[in-house]
Amino acid sequence: MSAPEARRVPFGTHPSGTHQHSAAGGEQRIAAAFGKPGRRAALMPYLMGGFPDLDRSRGIGEAYADGGADLVELGVPYSDPLADGPVIQAAGTRALRSGATLDGVLGVCEALAPRLPVVLMVYANVVYARGVQAFTAALRDAGASGLIVPDLPLEEAPLVLEACDASGLALVPLVAPTSPDERMGRIGARARGFLYTVSVTGTTGERVALEDAFGPIVTRAKAHTHVPVALGFGIATPEQARAAADAGADGVIVGSRLVRAAAEHADDPAGAVRDIVAGLAAGLHA
Amino acid sequence: MSAIEHRFGPYGGQYVPETLMPALAELELAWAGALADPAWTAELAELLRDFAGRPSTLYRARRLSDHAGRPIFLKREDLNHTGSHKINNALGQALLARRMGKTRIIAETGAGQHGVATATACALLGLECIVYMGVEDTRRQMPNVQRMELLGARVSSVEAGSGTLKDATSEAIRDWVTNVGDTHYIIGSVVGPAPYPALVRELQRVIGDEARAQLLEREGRLPDRVVACVGGGSNAMGIFAAFVDDPDVQLIGVEAAGEGILTGRHGAPLTAGNRAGILHGSMSAIMQDADGQIVEAHSISAGLDYPGAGPEHAWLRDSGRATYVAVSDADALRAFALVTRLEGLLPALETAHAFHHVLEEPSESTMDLLCLSGRGDKDLGQVLDKLGAEEL
Repeated sequence: MSAPEARRVPFGTHPSGTHQHSAAGGEQRIAAAFGKPGRRAALMPYLMGGFPDLDRSRGIGEAYADGGADLVELGVPYSDPLADGPVIQAAGTRALRSGATLDGVLGVCEALAPRLPVVLMVYANVVYARGVQAFTAALRDAGASGLIVPDLPLEEAPLVLEACDASGLALVPLVAPTSPDERMGRIGARARGFLYTVSVTGTTGERVALEDAFGPIVTRAKAHTHVPVALGFGIATPEQARAAADAGADGVIVGSRLVRAAAEHADDPAGAVRDIVAGLAAGLHA
Repeated sequence: MSAIEHRFGPYGGQYVPETLMPALAELELAWAGALADPAWTAELAELLRDFAGRPSTLYRARRLSDHAGRPIFLKREDLNHTGSHKINNALGQALLARRMGKTRIIAETGAGQHGVATATACALLGLECIVYMGVEDTRRQMPNVQRMELLGARVSSVEAGSGTLKDATSEAIRDWVTNVGDTHYIIGSVVGPAPYPALVRELQRVIGDEARAQLLEREGRLPDRVVACVGGGSNAMGIFAAFVDDPDVQLIGVEAAGEGILTGRHGAPLTAGNRAGILHGSMSAIMQDADGQIVEAHSISAGLDYPGAGPEHAWLRDSGRATYVAVSDADALRAFALVTRLEGLLPALETAHAFHHVLEEPSESTMDLLCLSGRGDKDLGQVLDKLGAEEL
């Protein structure tokens, strides 16, 4: 299979042949969030649902919106998060200990969804435990726009993709630096909403000076999909966010930096993250 | 795609981060290539024979047979170099890693047996070795920690979760996600994403192939039952594999009932029969709560202290080809003492679970074959602690 040519199409329009599903409410909302004028790339901070507890995590999400976020990636805490580094892993453990449940996190989703598009990040077993159809229905009812399942690669995704399409949710796939071109093409062709592009070979977490490495992976990702490319893993500073935009990324995902800030400022986590998000947003102004 | 199975009925699959998918494809390709390469298979056969000490003997337990009232044959994997069946898989995968040009090896371990086997294979082949082990397990299996370090491995203690095998495995997978370029993950059981469950079974089936031939030659018949303990289930899958197509041979896997299935403090997902789920990259029988969070297992034996089991076991259970039962901590300890006293054999606590089922549960079987998967020296401290010298 040959890779599709790189092409620039307005977000929210679907080249024929890659999309045959009907409901697309979540996708349209995500597309709008990526296409804002005055913004070099959309800013998507990650929120650990239920950390430090459900109430305060909702407050952190509100602060993301206040600080200028365009979308939010809302994580469901999980006992064995294989794609996450120590910061997010520890926050998830803490969230579970303080009683976070899937329904609790969906409550946070419901509270945030009127303000900005919510893309839920959840490990596959939580989806299967609820039942794939029941899960996507609950997610839709909570106002979510999309779903990211980091341990559900292309080969295992058809069932969840079908359920998401039927519920008007965008199932956002991931590509990594290790993905060969041919594979990236197959993933990119089935992408909904945006293509979550992992910037480094590794788990989530802050890293020093990896801006130089953004170019090749962003270029490859953009050549293999028709949806926006959002870069994540290891992006923590306004400089790194700007470098991602310079490399051509349509969106920037920041996780561990914000989760760490929330953990370090237990007295006022919302205030701490609001400033950081505002700084990141300023870095992405056109 | 090669012929190695990705699915066993609805179980198995590859539920891992995208970063690892190309490495799994590479592993599958390398495995097919290795099997087709006479030089590679000859080297593995030579190492299994001259280094590990295969074939392991088949021993008709004298006094245990009298005790049970039927002949009980033991496949003596405890006599292998490093003291368990784990060396079969570790040598095979280490040779595979070298073939793929990987210079760094990671592994998880519970009881330490797989960690020791992997550290040994890495010493032999000159490969860097890092073993992830739960902090709780490093405490109860200290002799194996010291052995791994003497062999040149670095033992990385994992504090997350319950500090046992599940957490060590999650941490090993995270390491692999980060270092997949130069690193091969030698998973220790028939668990994990495809192709691991089938690959590890194929490396362990030497147990069953040997035992079946040995028994036929010696007794002219097959056993009524083949019994083995199941944590992840590699020694059981290895011995079952040779008998799956013998319909009259009953296959029995023995899990850890811990403090009792009903208490929830056990390591028996196959016996408990709850909803299937995803753990460490495959769909199988697992222990989870209503939200799909993996719950902590409990067993006195570190090697069975795992909230999952290999996907092929789940399928053998559902299809009715194999039966799974569970034995408590207390019964396993008693069996450990009994086997030691009666037969002069010191079994691993894991294997003691299987011994209890064979020796103490009523059966109409006229002949049993039990996989003595490992020796119990590593468990001495813990057993003496729990039993008290007078009971021994």
